[in-house]
Amino acid sequence: MVSAGVVLDLVSAGLLVAGGLFAVSGGLGLLRLPDFYTRVHAVGLTDSAGAGLILLGLLLQAPDWATAVRLVLILLFLLLTGPTATQALAQAARRDGVKIWLDGEPER
Amino acid sequence: MPTLTFLTAFLFGVLVATAVAITRIRALYVAAMLAALFSLVLASLFVLLDAPDVAFTEAAVGAGVSTVLFLSVLALTRSREAVTPRRKRWPATLAVLLAGGTLLFASQDLPPFGASDTPVQRHPVTGTYLVESTREIDIPNAVTAVLASYRGYDTLGELVVIFTAGVAVLLLLTRLPDPATPPGHPAGPPRGGVVLADYRVLRVVSKLLLPPILLFACYVLFHGEYGPGGGFQAGVILAAGVVLFGLVFGLDRARQVLPRPALLVLIAAGVLLYTGVGLAGLLLGGAFLDYDPLRPGGPPAGQHLGILLVETGVGITVAAVMTAVFFGFAGRGVSR
Repeated sequence: MVSAGVVLDLVSAGLLVAGGLFAVSGGLGLLRLPDFYTRVHAVGLTDSAGAGLILLGLLLQAPDWATAVRLVLILLFLLLTGPTATQALAQAARRDGVKIWLDGEPER
Repeated sequence: MPTLTFLTAFLFGVLVATAVAITRIRALYVAAMLAALFSLVLASLFVLLDAPDVAFTEAAVGAGVSTVLFLSVLALTRSREAVTPRRKRWPATLAVLLAGGTLLFASQDLPPFGASDTPVQRHPVTGTYLVESTREIDIPNAVTAVLASYRGYDTLGELVVIFTAGVAVLLLLTRLPDPATPPGHPAGPPRGGVVLADYRVLRVVSKLLLPPILLFACYVLFHGEYGPGGGFQAGVILAAGVVLFGLVFGLDRARQVLPRPALLVLIAAGVLLYTGVGLAGLLLGGAFLDYDPLRPGGPPAGQHLGILLVETGVGITVAAVMTAVFFGFAGRGVSR
């Protein structure tokens, strides 16, 4: 018989680790991916998936309602602003005439 | 504790790396973004040091508004730093080394971090601020009690500094209308700035976010007595909201919301409100910036009223100055 607290801790730990992995993979993608659009995509992953999962993990650890409500608000804010920033960046690049990288071309 | 020490050391490392990168990078847009990162890391360090009020200010001013100001200035000038010839670098290097060396030498006299016998800990006024303030002012945030009541003169001075800086920037940036062109028909190509409103997602999300931002500014202003925050932070957040509106929907529409004469009045109004509260205390029989006589019924009531009014004054002036400075820089860019 496992107590609810342990299960909660395990789930939140899993979410935190997953969020951390997304954040690291976003950073890795920023360094390694070939062109602007793919890099923006990688950073967008850090913003929404990474930060979102970490916030969800922290939400399970929230000591009281006041903290939980704040975390939810931050989560909502991030869910709105992160993808918007990514979209605006990509669209600005497209308007500026940045070409999409095709397989086989050299990195730029 | 070791985790905290590790985190602090790591953040300091990032801070130093960012500073070095800023000095090395010639692309000034990148340098501006790195400066924002610098402020953000600094704000995180302040949080670790249990100074949320300072962290709040640093994040709002350093990472928020000043980045926008940097970018709008860069839109007016070249965005690449000119290369200084090697032989001309020596005086600057010498000055930096001297100043840094002096600071490093002086830092030996600082007490160890967190020591219990520093002048800050032992001075009798610390007891007044932290213990007596619960009786004399009766608000949970001792920082606000010190800032707005005990050291009200200093804060008034800070506000006047911001006021003066704002007036000076406006004097430098404002061009008198050219008598050759009729008013209302500015010369030159159509305004820039409008382009961002074509980004539908950006437009919709900014519209969604603006009310919470403005509401949050009011929360920070009126909640400054209970948690981190106060007039300075609230003013900057308010200005950030207006700046966001101006960036996305164009300066002209932002100017319709906050016309220039209104901004000029608001810049002065905040300082006048602050001084007015001080004078009211004087007229009601107390000292200048003594809030106790403002409201009968025991000292805390008057203190609460006074602090709230004073913080509102700070917020009004800070928001108006930031907005006016942004309009000044951005307006030059689009009407050039």
